[in-house]
Amino acid sequence: MSVIEASHLTKYYGKARGILDVSFQVEEGEIFGFIGPNGAGKSTTIRLFLSLIYPTSGTATIFGKDAIRYGPELRQEIGYLPSDVFYYERMKVIDLLSYSASFYNRDCTRRLHELAGLMELDLHRRIEDLSYGNKKKVGIVQGLLHQPRLLFLDEPTAGLDPLMQRKFFQLIQQENQRGVTVFFSSHILSEVQRLCNRVGIIKEGRIIEIADIHTLQQNNYKKVRVVADRLDPAYFDLPGVTGLEHHNGVVRFFFKGDINAVMRRIGEITVSDVTIEEPTLEEIFMHYYE
Amino acid sequence: MSTNIFKQEFGMHLRSVITWSVAIVAIMLLYFSIYPSFARDAELLSKMMARFPKELLNAFGLSGVDLSTLLGYFSFVYLYVQIMLAIQAANYGVGLVSIEEREWTADFLLTRPVARHQIMTSKLVAALTSMAITQAVVWISTFGCLTAFKGDKTFETDILVLLLLGLIVFQLFFLTVGLVISLLVRRVRSVTPYALALGLGLYVLSAFGDMLGESKFELLTPFKHFNPHYVVQHGAYDLPLVMISVAAIVISVVASYWLYLRRDIPAVA
Repeated sequence: MSVIEASHLTKYYGKARGILDVSFQVEEGEIFGFIGPNGAGKSTTIRLFLSLIYPTSGTATIFGKDAIRYGPELRQEIGYLPSDVFYYERMKVIDLLSYSASFYNRDCTRRLHELAGLMELDLHRRIEDLSYGNKKKVGIVQGLLHQPRLLFLDEPTAGLDPLMQRKFFQLIQQENQRGVTVFFSSHILSEVQRLCNRVGIIKEGRIIEIADIHTLQQNNYKKVRVVADRLDPAYFDLPGVTGLEHHNGVVRFFFKGDINAVMRRIGEITVSDVTIEEPTLEEIFMHYYE
Repeated sequence: MSTNIFKQEFGMHLRSVITWSVAIVAIMLLYFSIYPSFARDAELLSKMMARFPKELLNAFGLSGVDLSTLLGYFSFVYLYVQIMLAIQAANYGVGLVSIEEREWTADFLLTRPVARHQIMTSKLVAALTSMAITQAVVWISTFGCLTAFKGDKTFETDILVLLLLGLIVFQLFFLTVGLVISLLVRRVRSVTPYALALGLGLYVLSAFGDMLGESKFELLTPFKHFNPHYVVQHGAYDLPLVMISVAAIVISVVASYWLYLRRDIPAVA
């Protein structure tokens, strides 16, 4: 059984496009990356699953149940961290977190303090006095304190310093090892690459690719860099080569196909350096958006 | 209903309840403290008022009022209590759910495991409790003031009770109509202007309607539906008009739930 399933989900805001015919599944224990530029429909998709908004057509199910009809019950098991966090400004951190905890049918006190300690969060300050980064920490604790089985993270790292980002990723990985399924939306590919098993790529409201992150990297493209004297870049203009660049005796390109074709070309000339590597997700991603 | 939301909401209203209650007690004391001198010079006053234009007297709720009687005088004070209660209730109504969207806390609240109708109900009950406390203060200070300042005069308790009971329905009108307005607009940027516009606007409409001698406005504004002079004169409500208020309340409540349960919560930015 899939933990999350979108089936032909479409959302219009009046006439404005939200998402169009989005279908995908996320299995239990996965960390699913959801990539796309701003305005592509990442938040719309998450907000539909949380029934903050209602679909124009199509269905969203969580743990096999309709996300809207069974929303309140399902949300017992869902944690959500939005990209921008806003809480009742006049409350103290501890009061807000206790308020949040009071909604769940289990005792969250221990986990609350554990997480606050881990994130180095001062529980007795007022929300309005917190910096953005600290509010974000409140968001993290709030999203995890009830030990949810499913996490929706909507561009979660914005506003966190690198040290906290690392802690946060460790935390997410730990949660994942406990069996928590994670839906992680981001436009920062390196973090998706680091964390996720599978990714969905969304562009202008439509899913354009869903793939295993390794297949996405391995099966498609190799990034080749060749350094040699008096090298004519046209020499590498083979079928399957894209993005050919030449700069100070260094030739770079992406190649898709039988790598031996490139190897033979390289073998015939004298080179001073060669690297062949997997492109970063960033580079693959740019390719999709060209 | 969720008790945790109720507690949170009521806690947020508490300061406003105290402020409104103090303001209402203050205005009652202020008006009633000058009542004895009014009553003494009643004849002189009536002569003076007879020279004012009728429209002006209408606008201030002074037309056809015998200020020398206790209930006549109270029905003049009543108008100011009404205005305050109207603004208070409209404020709670307009802000009830819109405040969460304005301060972007709706995302937090609505992603908790609680249904929207429960959120709405809990918030409504918290607002009703806050209003009930204010109403209790009104009752106590009314009876207190009338007893303290009545001198050798008497008043009909049953009519006074009718007047005070009217305030409850009157406030419900502003709470529920404010709520439905807040759900009909895309985004409430600030609650106070809406609350003032609703509370004062309907008062002005009632006063203005009098000036124009136009009676159609009285259908629209609860200041007319619960006109204290009518109650004092007839010893009863103007029932058809009161029913308009009641109908508006029922429709507003039903429409509010309907709209809120279907509402798309706007995202930040």
